[in-house]
Amino acid sequence: MSQQMTGARMVVQALKDQGVDVVFGYPGGAVLPIYDELFQQNEIRHVLVRHEQGATHMAEGYARSTGKPGVVLVTSGPGATNAVTGMTDALMDSIPMVVLSGQVPTFMIGNDAFQEADTVGITRPCSKHNWLVRETDKLADTIHQAFHVATTGRPGPVLVDIPKDVQFAEGTYTPPAKARVSHYNPPVKGDITAITALVEMIEKAERPILYTGGGVINSGPAASQLLTELSDATGIPVTSTLMGLGAYPASGKNWLGMLGMHGLYEANMAMHGCDLMINIGARFDDRITGRLEAFSPNSLKVHIDIDPSSVNKVVRVDLPIIGDVGHILEDLLRIWKSRGRKVNSQAHAKWWAHIEEWKSVNCLAFKDGGDIIKPQLALQRLEALTKGMDRYITTEVGQHQMWAAQYLHFDAPNRWMTSGGLGTMGYGLPASIGVQIAHPEALVINVAGEASWLMNMQEMGTASQSRAPVKQFILNNERLGMVRQWQQLLHGERYSQSWSESLPDFVKLAEAFGAKGLRVDHPDQLDEAIREMIAYDGPVVLDCMVEKHENCLPMIPSGNAHNEMLLPSDEVRAITGAGASLV
Amino acid sequence: MSPLNIQQGSSAHSAYDLRDPYSEVIETHTLAVIVDNEPGALARVIGLFSGRGYNIESLTVAETDHQGHRSRITIVTTGTPQVIDQIKSQLARIIPVHEVHDLTVEGTSVERELAILKVVGKGDARIEALRLAEIFRANVVDSTLESFVFELTGVPSKIDAFADLMRPLGLSEIARTGVAALARGA
Repeated sequence: MSQQMTGARMVVQALKDQGVDVVFGYPGGAVLPIYDELFQQNEIRHVLVRHEQGATHMAEGYARSTGKPGVVLVTSGPGATNAVTGMTDALMDSIPMVVLSGQVPTFMIGNDAFQEADTVGITRPCSKHNWLVRETDKLADTIHQAFHVATTGRPGPVLVDIPKDVQFAEGTYTPPAKARVSHYNPPVKGDITAITALVEMIEKAERPILYTGGGVINSGPAASQLLTELSDATGIPVTSTLMGLGAYPASGKNWLGMLGMHGLYEANMAMHGCDLMINIGARFDDRITGRLEAFSPNSLKVHIDIDPSSVNKVVRVDLPIIGDVGHILEDLLRIWKSRGRKVNSQAHAKWWAHIEEWKSVNCLAFKDGGDIIKPQLALQRLEALTKGMDRYITTEVGQHQMWAAQYLHFDAPNRWMTSGGLGTMGYGLPASIGVQIAHPEALVINVAGEASWLMNMQEMGTASQSRAPVKQFILNNERLGMVRQWQQLLHGERYSQSWSESLPDFVKLAEAFGAKGLRVDHPDQLDEAIREMIAYDGPVVLDCMVEKHENCLPMIPSGNAHNEMLLPSDEVRAITGAGASLV
Repeated sequence: MSPLNIQQGSSAHSAYDLRDPYSEVIETHTLAVIVDNEPGALARVIGLFSGRGYNIESLTVAETDHQGHRSRITIVTTGTPQVIDQIKSQLARIIPVHEVHDLTVEGTSVERELAILKVVGKGDARIEALRLAEIFRANVVDSTLESFVFELTGVPSKIDAFADLMRPLGLSEIARTGVAALARGA
């Protein structure tokens, strides 16, 4: 059934047909016809943000916590350029997102019209794909394709730029079933020969490790279950990147914790010492590998990834398997079982004995802060007091983010939303709102630093208006903590611009936004404050004053290898040599 | 426990695994990229090269299938085998890209470039230019009493050689198309 309608109505119809229930956006001149259509319907909820960057991070939070694409609606010019950071963030972390932007009318494009920007030009390198729609007849078709591209293969952000005259004009609506089928359809099944070769490797390996990433979570909850089954059945230890936390439960018996620059000692030592590394949906990021020449020198490396360009990009692997993690793990388990569930048990026992030794180092130990709240303690208490709750965590970027990854435990996927690849300060608050909109009854906590939090604090207005009872757990050290830490290690303790003066009163600020404000500065009152934050029915900002000069450890100083970690017990020493020029 | 158990040509392997993938030698490869002829397609390809720091030695593009709206982009690029493989998989990831062919490793190929050269001179130099042009099978496509415009087709090195010879004889301008290439055989 083809239907005649305006372009603006097509946009809303296409979103409905794609199963969209919420759009994060901000109106403006070039999207007024679409806003007029949104006004006249009740199926799609619109969340009014305070800044378009906020909309993109909300969409990311929504997408990461549901597995569905997040949808953003912005106007032309500044509306679109403000969306660039969130799109880049989603591209780096493979988050499905569809951004619809208004554009000046087609006959004005190129004339430097008011609020005109070359949006497809600007967003080309920060989107998986983008389109400028010049004819209303092609609009619905393009939006359906956009959803297809955003969610197929390695997910990512896409943008559809819609000139205002295209929104006003009438055209024929194309339903999703009749949309032009894109040739873009990456295969999901892995090569069986390669998977069988991996089974052989698993059967013989003496010191195997599973190194998992965000790809497991992107593949869907079934992939996480299969991963858990694989590890539990074979006894292979699991470590994960920042993006992959929750895919294997933190309470699982084979869990080593996060790896990488601020990963756990046992995880990094196991990566260094393994003889078989099975990378599942991760990408050998520089935060993970440390010094490349010394990265896991004695292992065979297997890489399971849906994106062929991830393979051999950074680390040369011995066996690539291209496809969807869930499909490949299913085949892998089936073949391994059919060949008699073999592992090298004797060698595994020795391997685990090593790992237990590394665990006994207790790399997350920290000194008691006396009357001062240690940030690690704050997170330990948050973990203890929210255990077993229907809990989602977002973070900003910096020390608090790494501490959260170390001290909070995730037993299920889609519960942990953080800006990994791009490292976007200001991500956490809007992301927490996006998560809360998707899960209205859940406890959604943004673990924040005060500096990051201020970058998008205007979204507290969104939280209040859209009744999103998000909890902002701010670890306030009045410092740009990670910058300060690097200046201590790298720049002779010259703390250039890394402290915050004139910080706002976060309690009053919360109240000004119609939220509840709390402050705590003594360990004795910490539990009570956290309980109060959780119990309050509405958005809360908890300003948790913590130790100002705490370093985030353990740490692989840049330019070092996995077995050259800085532990809390070590003297903190300066980074020199080649490492000093790395980021 | 060796990845070599995998059959050659299986999709888990690069189709080009006869080369040493660990080599640090810089190779020159000619890639043919078939794309939808849509606005921005070329910008995506070029943006990939500039954004990721790859080299472009030469690039030609034109619509080759008017009905299917497909264009063929021929790119000559350089890099270690690892970088070349990266370039190919990054190209294949661009949504409007349908096919990526590495003509350098997919058997032999025919490569041609067209150049138009203006040579200004009088007397012996002028005669010598014309004589050399005949040897190189360059055509004269424009002539005045003081100048020739030559048209020359061939592999890039042939054009380089001809331009080098023309330089002392009064080469004043040169326009080159960049390489177009096709695999040999059926």
